[in-house]
Amino acid sequence: MIGIEHYLTTASILFVIGIFGLFLNRKNVIILLMSIELMLLAVNINLVAFSSYLGDLVGQIFTLFILTVAAAEAAIGLAIIVSFFRNRGTIAVEDVNMMKG
Amino acid sequence: MSILIITFYLFSLSAIAGGLMTVISRNPVHSVLWLILAFLSSAGLFVLLGAEFLAMLLIIVYVGAVAVLFLFVVMMLDVDFSTLKAEMAGYLPIALLIGVVLVMQLGMAFGVWSYAETALGAREVLANSQHHNTKALGLILYDRYFILFQLSGLILLVAMIGAIVLTLRHRKNVKRQNILSQIYRDPDKSVEIRDVKPGQGL
Repeated sequence: MIGIEHYLTTASILFVIGIFGLFLNRKNVIILLMSIELMLLAVNINLVAFSSYLGDLVGQIFTLFILTVAAAEAAIGLAIIVSFFRNRGTIAVEDVNMMKG
Repeated sequence: MSILIITFYLFSLSAIAGGLMTVISRNPVHSVLWLILAFLSSAGLFVLLGAEFLAMLLIIVYVGAVAVLFLFVVMMLDVDFSTLKAEMAGYLPIALLIGVVLVMQLGMAFGVWSYAETALGAREVLANSQHHNTKALGLILYDRYFILFQLSGLILLVAMIGAIVLTLRHRKNVKRQNILSQIYRDPDKSVEIRDVKPGQGL
């Protein structure tokens, strides 16, 4: 049996890669969304690993809900990108300043 | 035993490689494909952990729906990605700095990590070997977490309506079928019978 630390290490490396991608692709919103998906995936791996090693099924239920919310978030984010691109003709993050926030 | 370890390292390395290539790939279409590799490898990891239902769910929902949605959007938007990628090198130092700092912090956390003494007592639902994974999950999900299940359905409904509202647009100068005017059209007023005399016409 592989120790739980192996799974946790894999998940944390994936999580750090997600954050790395957030900082690396400051211009491209689509890659930013993919980085967020990677981070959620890392969290899911953590939850399932603990669920498996502690013998508690609630972690997998929680992963199910995270999957649901992540799918909804991806759909909404991509819809926002499409409508923003239609209005402005770009998807660069720095051009998102219509509300002067 | 050793085949299990080899499989774990195979899936783990391909998940990490997929994630890294997703982030640093120059072409967004390639990014989506590497993301699919990361998801598939994670599904393999889930199978190794005994969570078969979630593994299949990851393949069906993520690879089948979310990644294809990403592909659609990447291909539909006519963005010049080369200019977007050109400034990527400028952000590389700060991204590497933050990544290395985070890795070191997580490494330090792993060094002193241990279970709490009450961890085994705090378990909510013990997994037993009577049912297979899918049935066990269903027994819990439809029983103890039914409200949350319904609420997640509501979240999906809101996301669906939101996505439609955000992207739907009515073009002005497009001739559309007006079904009501077609239904209420009166045949007596639209057809007229004339008696055409030979040689004279109307």
